[in-house]
Parts: sequence; structure tokens; C-alpha cells
Amino acid sequence: MQNIDAINVSGIRAEPPVNYLTNGFTIKSWLLTKDHKRIAIMYLLSISVFFMLGGLYASAIRLELLTPASDLLQSGTYNKVFTQHGIIMIFLFLIPAIPAVLGNFLIPIMIGAKDLAFPRINLLSLYIYWAAGALIVFALLQGGVDTGWTFYTPYSTTFSNSYVMLVGLGIFVNGFSSILTGLNFIVTIHTMRAPGMTWFRMPLFVWAHYATSLVMILGTPVIAITVLMLALERAVGIGIFDPAIGGDPILFQHLFWFYSHPAVYIMILPGMGIISELISNFSRKKIFGYEFIAFSSIAIAVFGFLVWGHHMFVSGQSIYAGLVFSFLTMVVAVPSAIKVFNWAATLYQGSISYDTPMLYGLFFIGLFLIGGLTGLFLGAIGLTVHLTDTYFIVAHFHYVMVGGQVLAYLGGIHYWWSKMTGKMYPEFWGKIAAMLVFVGFNLTFFPQFILGYMGMPRRYASYPAEFQVLNIFSTAGASILGIGLMMPVFYLTYSFFFGKKAEANPWMLPGLEWRTASPPPTENFEKTPIVTWEAYEFGEENGLDLEEAKRRELVAPVV
Amino acid sequence: MMIMQQNSWIPLFPEQASTFAWQVDYLYFYLLAISAFFTIGIVAALLFFAIKYREKEKFATPKEIHGSIALETVWSIIPFVISMTIFLGGAVVYYNQYRPPADAMNIYVVGKQWMWKLQHETGQREINELHIPVGRKVKLTMTTEDVLHDFYIPAFRTKADVVPGRYTTLWFEATKPGKYHLYCAEYCGLNHSGMGGWIYVMEQRDFDNWLSGNVSGQTPVEAGKDLFENKLGCASCHQGGKDQRGAVLENMYGKEVKFTNGQSLIRDDEYIRNSILNPGGQIVEGYQPIMPTFKGQVTEEQLVQLVAYIKSLSGVTGTTKSSSTMTTPANTATPATTASPKLESNPNAPSNTKEPTSEQKGGNK
Repeated sequence: MQNIDAINVSGIRAEPPVNYLTNGFTIKSWLLTKDHKRIAIMYLLSISVFFMLGGLYASAIRLELLTPASDLLQSGTYNKVFTQHGIIMIFLFLIPAIPAVLGNFLIPIMIGAKDLAFPRINLLSLYIYWAAGALIVFALLQGGVDTGWTFYTPYSTTFSNSYVMLVGLGIFVNGFSSILTGLNFIVTIHTMRAPGMTWFRMPLFVWAHYATSLVMILGTPVIAITVLMLALERAVGIGIFDPAIGGDPILFQHLFWFYSHPAVYIMILPGMGIISELISNFSRKKIFGYEFIAFSSIAIAVFGFLVWGHHMFVSGQSIYAGLVFSFLTMVVAVPSAIKVFNWAATLYQGSISYDTPMLYGLFFIGLFLIGGLTGLFLGAIGLTVHLTDTYFIVAHFHYVMVGGQVLAYLGGIHYWWSKMTGKMYPEFWGKIAAMLVFVGFNLTFFPQFILGYMGMPRRYASYPAEFQVLNIFSTAGASILGIGLMMPVFYLTYSFFFGKKAEANPWMLPGLEWRTASPPPTENFEKTPIVTWEAYEFGEENGLDLEEAKRRELVAPVV
Repeated sequence: MMIMQQNSWIPLFPEQASTFAWQVDYLYFYLLAISAFFTIGIVAALLFFAIKYREKEKFATPKEIHGSIALETVWSIIPFVISMTIFLGGAVVYYNQYRPPADAMNIYVVGKQWMWKLQHETGQREINELHIPVGRKVKLTMTTEDVLHDFYIPAFRTKADVVPGRYTTLWFEATKPGKYHLYCAEYCGLNHSGMGGWIYVMEQRDFDNWLSGNVSGQTPVEAGKDLFENKLGCASCHQGGKDQRGAVLENMYGKEVKFTNGQSLIRDDEYIRNSILNPGGQIVEGYQPIMPTFKGQVTEEQLVQLVAYIKSLSGVTGTTKSSSTMTTPANTATPATTASPKLESNPNAPSNTKEPTSEQKGGNK
């Protein structure tokens, strides 16, 4: 309490003369910056470009599937389109999105640090990401790749005539960006917390990123070496995966999923971190079961490494291996369930407001619930023999990845937009877009569960006529979803230039990021904060001048 | 395609046609019930809290609740117990599916870009089709000549990958006569979505009849179209427009053709027939010698039908002319033919000849 005076809590003090955005306007001041916030903004712009590119591919897929015949796209083109949709969305959007943009911007501020532990390495991560993105885009311009994002051998090693090596190189390079970001976060969280910021006072967003970082540095080297082996096999035929000379194509699947299953948690854990923030802050209620949510993130990260075989139930692995992986998959469902129950319980007796970020938070819970429960269908080994490689799987992972991660990302972008830019997003348009995304998303992907159970295989350019009606629903939904996802691009850009100026703490929230100016100064805080409060405590005794905020509210109500 | 739907007792639900189908479906309904329970419960709680505890005063400070060990324990143990019941249910079904019985009828399957080749123990060969009797256990022993494929029959609720360099097995027992989709469910390249066919489940009597070589009520052109598009997979190279790998067959009948060895002739029935039986003997200019021979795999009757169909692509419908031409022996010398086809008397005799490679099939049939 006695230290609070160091921190701008009321949000009405004049902002510091120079913030991180006004601290230099040259291109050089951006490209050579060591400021984690500027690096985050550059990530935000690059990731948005790749998200739109991936979205264009998704539109092409949905348009082709409007009719049973492969008429709009020939099957060769279609195969490239779905492959590139997957590669761009997973490696260039989903994996880096939340950690590199929001994690980068917020982790140092949330723990009261001036920057990440290794600012130059942080900038290096961005350059590596750009290099990887450039390699992959170059491969697409050359003619693209048609192996599916999974690169299964021997198709990828001996049969495909597309640019497998170039894309593989891009993924290999991109891995280093992930590893360095993860390393940076872990060291920062261990060593740079402000005085008083104990482990159990950290926001759950930071805990989620800690767990994510562990997976990044332990898992990513495996995909790097796997891609390297693939390249060697393709270039000189060393035969690790070639049965003709004693190799095994299934080995590739083991190696690939040993990374790519944990990678699913790289994609979803940071999203769960955001949801914990949104649910607690917008119900002004301490999060229910803080320790359980924190440790469930770690549990998911650990168990996530033990379930890769559930991608291979019908691949010809031993049936006993299948049974063990099915068992472990059921175990990993429990920590996710714990999170959902705790989020729901947090709302109990809260004071809930429905700003745009909270809408995304609530939609996330609903969609993640369906995504998670259908994961049980796919973990039940006798059932998944029928369901795997059908549209059921497609629907399931889009519920988790889009319904989960993308919604959390959008919620986070809106929530911290005022902090990042100093401007408020337009509330009305924010809500409209959030609802369009929710409705469009469900209309797109729910019919695919039914298609999957009917037996429609995935990665089909043409399909039997009886599946057409559900595919039309799906394409119709995708167009609504597309509009909902494009809207923020426009209104957020508009608000950056012409939006209402944001208070330092528009919602009177206790997190450290709300106790500095919007946008923050380059050093994040004028004085190093000293933390005397637990996470998610909303009372005045924690230095929040609620009376003053209420007076301000009467004068100029927040739209 | 209507067959798939006609007996479904729930709309948009696949037909049950094997002994596994009901097991998988019960498991599915069990999971649907659990999902409905949790989804409705949690969404109802969210809605209830969202309305009851909506913000009544700006920047309020509701009473803090730190959590509850008792609640956490309850909602950890209950999902764990439920997930274990799901695991056990799944394990039992899976164990049945992947333990082939000893008394099953054996069928050998070879996957290849982009067709399924099957052979019965009695010697019958099939392409993209499998005829089996109802109520008999059938075991498939499968491998592939090239990349991964996956043999998937939704109505039987079962599938298995085929892997180069090893044998995988799949077994099932059909419970209902009918025609069911066969798909390739593991992405295998260009024409992945065209790599499919039909499973014909027949009464034992019909199956015996089929084994001994049945006749259908189709015209030669219809039967030839069926052979061309489904049974022999010709369409995967010879259809599909500009990207197709094999020679264009539309509107070529009766026109002159040039070969890579410099010779030429007018395309007639004999030419079509020789091209099927001995394609390497007459390579048309501008094409690669990639088509394998079908000698020994097509019967005389089938050849007649194929020729009739291919001619129909050029608008020539003269079945009378065709039949008269076709009965002409193969020794009416055509310059490019290097060997006159020797025809086998047993229509279904096994053969070791290579089946066609294929490229592109024009969309869905």
C-alpha cells in the first residue's frame, strides 16, 4: 500500500511525455529496437498477414467443397491449397500468435520487468520468423507443396514432386524462433519478477506461457531433426523411412507427432491463459482455484508429451501401444476439464460486464467445451477407428484451434488493445464482430462432425453427392466467419488512428499492466513496482482508486 | 448413393452393416450423452451466472472466494472416472476389431496410387470393388505398392492404414446385403479422393453365383463404362481434362494416329483392343510408355464392352459394327502391333501382370 504511490493507479494522471510508440519514428528505430513491445507490434503485423493468407486458402477450400465434383479446383491444386492452409496457419500463425504478440508485449509488464531477459535474442526470434515466413512464401510462389501439413512418408520423400525441401527448411528455421522465444520467457519469468511478485502472485497468463515455453524448448528440436531427416531422405535417400532398405515409414509418424501433439498445447495453453485473465477480470472476481489452474497448465504440458500415439491408432502400430496411448489421452482430458470448471465457478457471485473481450471469453468456454468433449470421442480407441481421417477430426481440431485459440487471441487483442495502442477499440463493432465469429464458426464446423460420422474422409477434393447439403452449410458458415474475422482488421486499424483515447486503466483492474500508462513508456514503469497484493484482487485496498473512477464514469461514461 | 441412406433410422446417420457397427454406435451414443450432459450443464451454469451476477454497479468489488479443495477434488475425480469408462468401452471395441478370427475368409488387398486391387483366395481379382457374402467373417491382408493408403468402409465402422513394406490386417463380418462405400482415408497424393469404390455384400447364393461368373443386364456400352470408370480404373489416367496422364480418348475414333516409331494407322476397334492388351507395342507420339498391359485381366466379353464404350466417346454407336469387328481375330495385321494378344480362357484367372498406373480422375462420379 505504501508503495502504491509509485504507480499510476487512477488512470487520470497525464501520460508520460514519451511512450514506446513515440520513442523514435524511423524505420531503423523499429527494425533495430530491443523493446519487447515494439517487437510484439511487428509480430502482430506479420502474423496478421499470414493469418489472412491462410484464410484465403481456407476460402478456396470451402468454395471448392460447395459442389461434390472437383470443379473449381482440380484435385492437384486442391491438395496444394489444403496443405498450404495447414502449414501457414499452424507454423506461421497458431504457434507464434499468442506467445509472440501478446506474451511478448505483456509478460515483462505483468511481472514488473523492464524488458525480457534477452532483448537482442527476442529481436533475433522475429528475424528468424521472418526468414522462415519468406522461405515458405517463396516455396508457395514456386509452385507450393502438396503433402498435407503432416508430411507423411513415403509420399513426401519419394512421390511428391512439390517443394517439400523448401517448406521443410522454412519449418526447420521457424523452430529456432520458437525455441528462442520459449527460452527468453522462461529465463525472464525466473529471474526478472519485480519485488513482491512471487510465483503465486503471477497472473495465470504468465503461468500458461511458462508451461508453453517448456513445451517449446523441449518439443521443437524434435520437429527440427525430423524435418532434417526427411530432407536427407529426399535428397540422398538415406533410407530411415524407406522400407526397401530397412527403414520404416511409421517411424516418421512417431517423430512427427512427438512434436506435433505437444505443439497443439503450444497453440492452446496461451489461449487458456488469456481466458483466465478475461473471466476473472470481467467478473471482478478472484479466479476460482488459482493453483489448480496454474498446475493444470503444467500438467497438460507434461502429459502432452506422452500421448502422441493417439494420432496413429489405425496406422499399424501395435494394438497394445494403441491401448496405452488411449489411456493416457483420457488422463490428459482431466486438467482441461478442471480449467473449465474453475472458469465457470469464477463467475459465481461476480460482477460481470460484457465488454467485447468477455464475449470472446464466454464463447471460448462454449467452443472449447465442444472441442474438448469431441476429443474424448477421438481418444476412445474403438470409436476413433471409425472417426479418424474423417471430417470429425477436422471439426474437432478446428473447435480447439479456431474456437479455442483464435477466439482467445481475438479476445486478448481487444482486451489489451488500449494498452498496446493507447486507443479504445469501438465497443459496438467489437460485439458485432464477436457474434458473427461465433455464429459463423459454429455453422462452419458443427456440420463437419455429422459429415465425419457419416464417413466423409478428409482431404477429398471431390465427394459423394449425399454429403453436399452439409457442405453447403459449412461453406455458408465460413463466409459469415470470414466477415467476422475481417471486421477487426478495419475497425482496429481505424481506432489506432482516430479512436477514443484510452485511460491507463479503463476497467479499473489490478494487474500490473493496468498500473502503467497506455501506451506504456519504453521502460514499462516509471519506477520499478513493488507488489504487495495477490493476483486478481479488485478492492480499493490494493491501490485501485475506485471512487475516483466512479466519479470519472459519471462525467464521461465509457461507451 | 441412395442405398447408403435408405435404411438409416436416424437422418444423417450412416448405415449399420457389420457386426462392429452397433458396438461403435453404442459407444458413440454413450459419448454423445456424456457430452450433452456436460455441455448443457456448463452452458446453463454460465448463462445463469451471466444473468444473475451481471454488473449492477460499475467497478464493484464482489466478495472474494479463493477456491475449494473439496470442489476441485470432486471435479477432478468425476471426469477421471468417466474418462476411464470411455477408455474401457473403447478398448473392448478396438480389441475385437483388431483381433482377426482364425476361421475368416481371406482376401488380399494391394493399394496403389490410386486404386484398390483385391484378390480372393479362389483366384478372382477385383479392382475398386469387393464382393463378399453376408454373415461370413472376412479378413483382409493388406499392403501397398507405393505410399500409405487406408482401407475405410464407413458402413462397417472400420478402417486400417496400408503401409509399404509390411502387411496390415482388417476384418469384419457384414450383416446386411447391399452396396457400401469404400474410401481411401489416408492422403495419398493427386487423386486421393478418387481412390474408392464399392463393397457389395451379397447373400451366399448370389455370392456363389458371382464367383462362377455372372451376367448383368447392361448393354455393352454401359458395361464398358462401368469397367472403364470403376472396375479397371482406366478413368484415372484417361479422364480428367488437360492434366490427365493417358491419351485422350474423346473423338479420336476413325482418325489417324502417329506412333513414336514413325508408323501410323487409322484408329479402329482393333487398335483399341491392342492398346488395352499390349500398350507398349504402340506408343502414341507425345505420351510416355506408362500404361501397363491388361492382358489376362480382361475377358473377351469385357474387351468387347470396353471397345464399345471407348467408341461411344467419339460418338460412334454402331454396336452391330463393333460386334462384327470385334469378332474378327486379332491377326488382321496392324503395323504397330508387336504381338497378337493371347487370350486366356478363364476370365478370372489370377495374373501377375501390373495394373495401370493412374493420374487423374475427373471429379466425382
